[in-house]
Amino acid sequence: MAIDDRTAPQLKDVSIGTSTQAERLYWSLYRIRRVEEEVARVYPTDKIKSPVHLSIGQEALAVGVCEALEARDVVFGTYRGHAAYLAKGGDLRQMIAELYGKATGCAGGKAGSMHLLDIGHGVMGMSAVVGTTIPHAAGYAYAQKLRQSGVVTVCFLGDGATEEGVFYETLNFAALQELPLLFVIENNGFAIHSPQWTRQKNTNLAERAATFGLPAVRLNDDDVFGILKAATSAVREIRNGSGPRLLEIPTYRWKEHVGPGEDFHVGYRSIEDAQSWMQRDQVAAVGAALDDTARQRIEDVVDAEIAEAFLFAEASPFPSDEELMRNIYAN
Amino acid sequence: MPISTLQPTNRRLRYDAALLEATQQEMAQDDNVVVLGLGVDDWRGIYGTTKGLVDQFGPQRVFDTPLSEDAMTGVSIGAAMAGLRPIHVHIRQDFLLLCMNQLVNIAAKAHYMYGGQVSVPMVVRSVIGKSWGQGAQHSQALQSMFMHVPGLKVVAPSTPYDAKGTLIQSIRDNNPVMFVEHRLLHFTSGSVPEESYTVPLGKARVLAEGTDVTLVGISWMANESLRARALLTQRGISAEVIDPVTLSPLDMDTIRRSAEKTGNVVVVDSAWTTAGASAEILARLTEGGSAVRVARMGFAPTTCPTTRCLEDLFYPNPRSIASFVNATLGGPADWVPDAMDQDNDQFEFKGPF
Repeated sequence: MAIDDRTAPQLKDVSIGTSTQAERLYWSLYRIRRVEEEVARVYPTDKIKSPVHLSIGQEALAVGVCEALEARDVVFGTYRGHAAYLAKGGDLRQMIAELYGKATGCAGGKAGSMHLLDIGHGVMGMSAVVGTTIPHAAGYAYAQKLRQSGVVTVCFLGDGATEEGVFYETLNFAALQELPLLFVIENNGFAIHSPQWTRQKNTNLAERAATFGLPAVRLNDDDVFGILKAATSAVREIRNGSGPRLLEIPTYRWKEHVGPGEDFHVGYRSIEDAQSWMQRDQVAAVGAALDDTARQRIEDVVDAEIAEAFLFAEASPFPSDEELMRNIYAN
Repeated sequence: MPISTLQPTNRRLRYDAALLEATQQEMAQDDNVVVLGLGVDDWRGIYGTTKGLVDQFGPQRVFDTPLSEDAMTGVSIGAAMAGLRPIHVHIRQDFLLLCMNQLVNIAAKAHYMYGGQVSVPMVVRSVIGKSWGQGAQHSQALQSMFMHVPGLKVVAPSTPYDAKGTLIQSIRDNNPVMFVEHRLLHFTSGSVPEESYTVPLGKARVLAEGTDVTLVGISWMANESLRARALLTQRGISAEVIDPVTLSPLDMDTIRRSAEKTGNVVVVDSAWTTAGASAEILARLTEGGSAVRVARMGFAPTTCPTTRCLEDLFYPNPRSIASFVNATLGGPADWVPDAMDQDNDQFEFKGPF
């Protein structure tokens, strides 16, 4: 299970003074944004020698969905998975140490940014090959159904993954077996540099998914409260045994596909496209609705935690040479 | 050390029945064992190897799947990550090509990639076959592809005893195990104790002792090598026959010990030779500078044809193996063994496969 006995701050019990829903959401949104900004700031130093696919701009999806979950529920993510990892309660220090390739990382430095996991907090893994984790979530959900555990499994995927055959195979199986599984499509409109309309004739993914025999809802925007409401309703239905659900949520990636920079100058999308999303940035919007004292307190807590996490990663040792050949096979 | 000789028992069982018995016994003693795959719950039950399981253990634990090999492999992986022990059954190994992303990118790597925190205890059963007219896409034996990938285990037992014992061991193993069954082996009978037992993975078995040459026969070719061994007596050649049982990890100690005794090793594979199990076994045997004489046989390096006359040329058989071994040992190249019972099929196979 966990690599050591350090425990991650839990979304719902973190010491942020008060715990209104808006404050909790802001804590999580702001925390993910600031972690990603810090990763981007550090990245040019080459201390993180591994690709990073930053979640900046897409935080509200993971935060809204994970706020609807219980601690025992489980998420499977994508290679752009920092937000899902953190929103579900994944250990921040172990995540940063993993990006640094350190022995104290969540996988001892063998996973990197694209394969984060924290089993103790229900983060069951991510894959660099698009769409690969989709059936894992279904298999995990099948096990929960067999054991009547009441656990809900969430499968995050992107719009690009909906072009993989395994997505449709899994939709069919999940609907057929009435699995306790929530699919969440993070539709950011691009697969690397290719817009969705150049890749798909019917771009309404929820409509397509619904034909497999599961309720599928397409949200109009990435308003975190709207996501939370939709996810809460879906999770309640799933936990009641009514089978899988799907949410398609529009979002926008602010940074380049991979790496810390911006790419509005290269021509496949424009800053004007981005501005409508940036103007309704959920991190800023939820923060603005809080009173100044509460917001400042949350930001201070998060900023201190992040600074400490990066110091922890910096100070941590690299894995020993023996680690190369460890854990090839399970005992 | 090689695994011990066959346990003495008067109880004889066919290979297919041994697989069924292994599965029944494991499902009965561990609720986490589940069986899935196309046709596992139908009236044929994968050549009888899964027949009746659904009645005994219910449709939650034994279920037919949609024709979605890719996703169902991923489902098995996800279920294994949750603590189940899935047995995913494929009636033709050719269909594993649809599963390669899941098998190679996740099943093999999850334990390592996630720092030892995740394990994927699943068994992927797949049937290979001597084609019987099934042609290019229903006859392949691709097990060496899986030998290439760290994190996977590959098992291909040739006896009913080892079929039962290694299947039970594979189910209990905490790693993804590729369990390879030759269709013709299903029809063979042998000594199989009724009680549950395990045969360790990674141990070869000496099927017959000899002094002049070591035949390493893989899967069905272990049987064919035993029959070739009988033919070789016509030339006064005493052959030792070894079944590796497990292809990954390989038990090279047992093969090496036999090689040192006989000085000659011929690997006969139920697959192509190029970059195959025979290449791996002989490379490991000789890379230390061994003076052992080595040779290998396998499928003809071409696509398997359907017509019987060409198909017969495609596969090694007891006579061609004996002839090849004799020539390898310096005997006359044109020697062909006299017809004996051993060069006919051990049974008359009737289709469909």
